[in-house]
Amino acid sequence: MSPRAAWQLEALGFSDVYDFVDGKLEWISRGLPLDGEGPHFAVAGEVADRASVLTCRLGDRLGDVAHQLDTVPHEYCVVLNDHDIVLGRMRKKNLRGADDTAVEHVMEPGPTTVRGTEPAPELLERMRKKRVPAVIVTTNKGRLLGTVTQAALERLLASRP
Amino acid sequence: MPEDIELADMRRLVEERSQVVEVLPPSEYAAEHLPGAVNIPLKSLSEATAAQLDTHSRVAVYCWDYF
Repeated sequence: MSPRAAWQLEALGFSDVYDFVDGKLEWISRGLPLDGEGPHFAVAGEVADRASVLTCRLGDRLGDVAHQLDTVPHEYCVVLNDHDIVLGRMRKKNLRGADDTAVEHVMEPGPTTVRGTEPAPELLERMRKKRVPAVIVTTNKGRLLGTVTQAALERLLASRP
Repeated sequence: MPEDIELADMRRLVEERSQVVEVLPPSEYAAEHLPGAVNIPLKSLSEATAAQLDTHSRVAVYCWDYF
């Protein structure tokens, strides 16, 4: 919709036109301020917790990752590239191989993620049905935002009457 | 030619109080919109409705997402 509006404004004589392609959903998902009388849309990105996610890089050594995972309660780390794009998951139970093996050779590629713009009510319903306690949340372009839990979604929805 | 921008650029335009237009229907604009945005639904975007904007200043448009 907005691309057509941008072109139409240009046709109407506007010379400096920008199209915010990620749109209002991306804005909301980052918890940025909004005006309006509500009801307010609730999306996963608003409660994505980056601090709760253990991450590692494609080239990290398996031995180092194993050591990291031994010191925290996490069951896995999220594997990122240098742009913070989620490329894989390294589970504690799959830490098999020589210490100097690169994570990229043993990780699970393409872990399930949801977008930060995912509507919170529908996501919570799916997580309950599938009994998933937490999911990895990314931007629309795949950059890690954090993880979101059922409890965090429930709190978010309770705050949005 | 309109230029696609991402979140960081949009935040800057909003902070600089540039012209921002939400092209969604009025009810969706009324519920929530970016600070300072005005509402001109795509279906009513015309020379008359765009007259509230300054053609010589930059203007950014948005809807829900890519579509």
